[in-house]
Amino acid sequence: MKFTKGIRQKAPWELKDSDVTPEEVFNDRRRIIKAMGLGALGASIPGSVQAGIFDLFGDKKTQSQFITSPLTYTSNLNFTGNGATTPFDKITTHNNFYEFGTSKQDPSNNAQGFSVDPWTLVIEGEVERPLTLDLDDLNQLIALEERTYRLRCVEAWSMVVPWVGFPLASLLKKAGVKSHATHVAFETLFDPEQMPGQKSRLMGGGIHYPYVEGLTINEAMNDLSFLAVGLYGKTLPPQNGAPIRLVVPWKYGFKSIKSIVRIRVMDKQPPTSWNQLASHEYGFYANVNPNVDHPRWSQATERRIGEGGLFSAKRINTQMFNGYGEQVANLYQGLDLKSNF
Amino acid sequence: MRLTSKHLFWLKVIIHLVALWPIGSLVISVMAGDAGGDPVQYIIHYTGIGALNTLVILLMISPLARRLKQGVLIQTRRLIGLYVFAYASLHILAFISLDLLFEWSLLFQEILKRPYILVGAVAYLILIALSITSFKVIRKKMGRRWQQLHNWVYLVAMLVPIHFYWSVKSEVIEPSIYILIVVGLLSLRLSVGKKISQTISRLRLKLSSQ
Repeated sequence: MKFTKGIRQKAPWELKDSDVTPEEVFNDRRRIIKAMGLGALGASIPGSVQAGIFDLFGDKKTQSQFITSPLTYTSNLNFTGNGATTPFDKITTHNNFYEFGTSKQDPSNNAQGFSVDPWTLVIEGEVERPLTLDLDDLNQLIALEERTYRLRCVEAWSMVVPWVGFPLASLLKKAGVKSHATHVAFETLFDPEQMPGQKSRLMGGGIHYPYVEGLTINEAMNDLSFLAVGLYGKTLPPQNGAPIRLVVPWKYGFKSIKSIVRIRVMDKQPPTSWNQLASHEYGFYANVNPNVDHPRWSQATERRIGEGGLFSAKRINTQMFNGYGEQVANLYQGLDLKSNF
Repeated sequence: MRLTSKHLFWLKVIIHLVALWPIGSLVISVMAGDAGGDPVQYIIHYTGIGALNTLVILLMISPLARRLKQGVLIQTRRLIGLYVFAYASLHILAFISLDLLFEWSLLFQEILKRPYILVGAVAYLILIALSITSFKVIRKKMGRRWQQLHNWVYLVAMLVPIHFYWSVKSEVIEPSIYILIVVGLLSLRLSVGKKISQTISRLRLKLSSQ
């Protein structure tokens, strides 16, 4: 938001008060959509018959054995996605999570047996009060809110995703960041027994595990940086990074590390997985930038995965900082984004 | 059993069935929602691998025909070669229609800017030339130049796995396996070729000494 002579001006992405849907209408719509969903389910072929048809072709049908549970949260009306949200089944079956395999369907096929209870997330390093959080803490320590963010993958596809979680800054403030801290490092669970991609190089795509990522302290303290524990109102499915993941909406998707077990506040820049693998292709910042191409993929446009079938996708121009420039451009003043990509 | 030209008809029927089966199963899995949340990449990858697999099979025919002494097999090469072209066409059609959504300017930019797309495009242009000249009439008209042109399939065989290797983010093991297979099949030709020419020169020596 901008302040001009004491009058609060709304940023372009903010909604007018008149645009806000009244709660009853909002709930009614949800109820209708829910009812439609159940109706469609009832009309479809019984599960066992379906399985029989697909077994013939040797394809594994995604089985959602993993149990997610409803969360209590408020909706952040600054981030509503304007109704263009990517459907749940597409968000949960099109994933890059190499710990469960490198093809897009591998995570939803291979992660359903993943166990997130017990879970331990450690916040340590240059902090006043190191924290050790268990699964209940993740969902209850800080009041949850829903934010619908755009997600832009470096492979030039994009989605609009309703996450439930809390700002990363809220958690870091609880731990008390020391004044000389400059960066925050993140680490994914390392458990080859549960994550077949960590066991086999063929499945894991040659990444050095555990997966690590990092932000500058200013990026981490920016209000947009979000720790998600839920998706579409329920706890996260494993393919989307259960039980807790980072969401940094102005950076390419690989920055948003999944299934975090460690957050370490540091006084130097931490290593990051894709940068270690190919530093000329993946920089530390990974800001969405239509003017800086990946050496092998153009970043000028993207294919938005929305509602509808195979032929309904749209190609749209990619926005600087994925459209969040108003809130984050100030983080990079004086930095050459062509060399610091 | 020695396969004869009588068996050729049924051999070709089997080849059609085997080659069309994956396309049918792709259509079914996409319609059934089994190709993931975004079937676009799935389809592009699937048809690309299809073209590469068919190419590998194509390259295996002549060594196999020699080893098994089944000359008739040679006559299936045109058919299988055309299936390589068909899968490659589906691959490129899917890329242009489903991924680029017919943004032609983007396509030409990408071909010029991205070495791996350029490599794929060159391979496809050669495949087009080989397919167009695959008719018997043209083959007869071209005479010796036909074989010279169709030897370019070996270049395609090297370019396609490179295109695959270059296109992936980090999962290089699968394309590496294909590179090894193709190098193996091509070197087999080199050694077979050498052996043949050695035998011929030995025969010539024998004949001339007699």
